[in-house]
Amino acid sequence: MSESLKTVLRLAPALAVIGFLFFGGLVMGLMRSVNYMPVIGLTQPNLDAYRAVLSDPDFLRSFGLTLHISLTSTILSAVLAVASALLLRRSFVGRRLATFLFQLNLTVPHLVGAIGILYLFSQSGSFARLAHAAALIDRPADFPALVYDPYAIGIILQYVWKEVPFIGVIVLANMQAIGQDYEAVARSLGATRWQAVRHVLFPQIWPGVLSASVIVFAFTFGAYEIPALLGASYPASLPVLAYRSYTDVDLASRPEAMAMAMVIALMSAAMILVYTRAARRKGGR
Amino acid sequence: MDRDPAMLRTLRGLAGLALILWLVLPLIPLAIWSFARGWRFPDILPQSWTLQAWDYALSDTSGVLDSLTLTIWIALCATGLSILIGVPAGRALGLSNFRSKGLVEMMILAPIIVPGIAVALGLHGVFIGLGLTNTTTGVILVHLIPTLPYMTLVMAGIFANYDTTFEDQARSLGASPWQTFRHVTLPAILPGIIVGGLFAFLVSWSQYILTLLIGGGRVITLPLLLFNFAASGRNDIAGAIGMIYILPGVLVLILTARHLTGRNAAIGGLGRL
Repeated sequence: MSESLKTVLRLAPALAVIGFLFFGGLVMGLMRSVNYMPVIGLTQPNLDAYRAVLSDPDFLRSFGLTLHISLTSTILSAVLAVASALLLRRSFVGRRLATFLFQLNLTVPHLVGAIGILYLFSQSGSFARLAHAAALIDRPADFPALVYDPYAIGIILQYVWKEVPFIGVIVLANMQAIGQDYEAVARSLGATRWQAVRHVLFPQIWPGVLSASVIVFAFTFGAYEIPALLGASYPASLPVLAYRSYTDVDLASRPEAMAMAMVIALMSAAMILVYTRAARRKGGR
Repeated sequence: MDRDPAMLRTLRGLAGLALILWLVLPLIPLAIWSFARGWRFPDILPQSWTLQAWDYALSDTSGVLDSLTLTIWIALCATGLSILIGVPAGRALGLSNFRSKGLVEMMILAPIIVPGIAVALGLHGVFIGLGLTNTTTGVILVHLIPTLPYMTLVMAGIFANYDTTFEDQARSLGASPWQTFRHVTLPAILPGIIVGGLFAFLVSWSQYILTLLIGGGRVITLPLLLFNFAASGRNDIAGAIGMIYILPGVLVLILTARHLTGRNAAIGGLGRL
């Protein structure tokens, strides 16, 4: 058996499973979103669902909210992750503990983090109780709404909690691989501590930060259970809205749910492009 | 390297302390709730402690144990299938160069990045036709969407550093293909399979929306149960289930902590747990 035939045979099962489940699911969603279902006699594809969705103020508000959630969470996580990695690469007393907690946090499912954030930041949560003890508030309602709120603060807090360690371990490994020699050279040539980090270290870790951030952005744009638990019922985030329309008793709203699923897919396709370009740049270094 | 000024060191220590606090903070009320009796506002700690929530969670009536068994079964099946399919695919990706390799890699990477809900809504219609909705089999299959690409990429990373000449030597000494695999290939890649498999297990373990949609609310895994208790305000029971739910992750971490650096491919899929 030739080597290339073996390669094909080794890849075939994986590609068949991914082709059927993943791309099959995408293509079916796309077909239903344009009302094209030859099996039940719908042979004239149209863009009605997209027209309906894109002219629906509820959808636009959800889209805006979801974009806000993803962008804010990703940028905050990336910045804090780089800061944490800078902190963790130097020795300080709790370094080993912090590194262990980074790893532990990676294995905790998002849903558990979301429930923890709920118990911490809700109006009768731990922080509200501390505020009461400090005589800052009288009743739970006096505490600012940080979950179920229109700005999605609770959702963003949860994502930041989970994604700082994710981006952080990747950046930390990058930093360890690069070592401190380049910075030492810059310092010996008269650069300040900050200049060495800013002009020597950052350009080297940037591709890693970018590709990790892309994964975070795509995830936060399409995750369901976190906004379902921590989000306001209106406006709901896009995945929650899509799920609601899909499970609506009115079957006519299903193509619209599919159209929303396609919007989420399109957004992540853009992210894949950014990711592969970042990966290529990383490889070319 | 030059020594840091004392102030900078203090600042760094404080920032580290804040980081450590922030990382454990959300897990603390969860743990306290599971032992609390009537923990009302504005009590900072519960008035009295109890094991009621744990008793209930571990009783036959709550369904937690059934759910736990089901979740483990689904994750084991998804992991086993991912290993069987992902190891050969990882070998092809890690060792061979072929023209459409970039495209194949992108096809395998895509399910890791595209959110489950974008795929599962369309797939639901197909699964209805195949009679797979509301079944455990359907849920296992749909869990392959995140676990298989993950396993494949981990194995591609392992095989990229694998030397095939040992296999050639075994074959030239008269070993059969199976003997070669059993005694040469497998021992070399086994650590990779174990680490990748443990994390594929966790990826399946943490799935929510895929299970909810394809299982149709009939296949109730632990996260679905946990969500329901948390959303209906049963904080004590949600606390207990939450503690049970994070246990496998903690165990896996203890087993594999040294593999969990960003340099390992095993990290890539974890942003989505």
